[in-house]
Amino acid sequence: MANSTTSKKEPAASEGKPTPPPVTMISVVAPAVGWLIPGAGHLIQKRWIRGLLLMGSIVTMFVLGILLQGHIYQPNGGDILDILGFVGDVGAGGLYIVAQVMDWGQGAISHATADYGTKYLIVAGLLNFISVADAYHIAIGKKP
Amino acid sequence: MILALSHFSAALLFSIFASIVFGITQRSTSREQVRYGLYCFAMFVGGVFLAGWLMWILRR
Repeated sequence: MANSTTSKKEPAASEGKPTPPPVTMISVVAPAVGWLIPGAGHLIQKRWIRGLLLMGSIVTMFVLGILLQGHIYQPNGGDILDILGFVGDVGAGGLYIVAQVMDWGQGAISHATADYGTKYLIVAGLLNFISVADAYHIAIGKKP
Repeated sequence: MILALSHFSAALLFSIFASIVFGITQRSTSREQVRYGLYCFAMFVGGVFLAGWLMWILRR
């Protein structure tokens, strides 16, 4: 009887507090690598097709943004839209770093649809943020 | 190298890439991922046509 009373109390006590996911090496490394190289967070967890599709989509979008003469935002503390643009751009991780080093995305815009390029660059970064979150969910076992 | 796309082709490419990422990240099984990706693509392209017609009506 005493045992049955104890076993009934244990789950009730743990019901209120959801257990946090365990911090493992892969749960830290996968999002970090995924941010630096889009899709790599999935690839190191052997999600080959998903990783390659994510990599292809995000990298192609970023490259198209550069080719469309999109603007790369610099770190700034000015206008709120410029700050948000920078946050979006920096989501692309390694691609953003390469673009900064090569001084891409700073030229004069010569045609009307170049603004699409700027949007492509921001959205590529934002999509990479989603991809990083997905890699983390796979790493902690929340997603197959 | 400079690329110049029309408004429609730029929107179409955007839809394809965004739909692929949404499909993969927002659903768990392969079948659901494909279905959701196609759903997102259809909504994007539908939105483009809807916005196009709305602008045409407003212009008149």
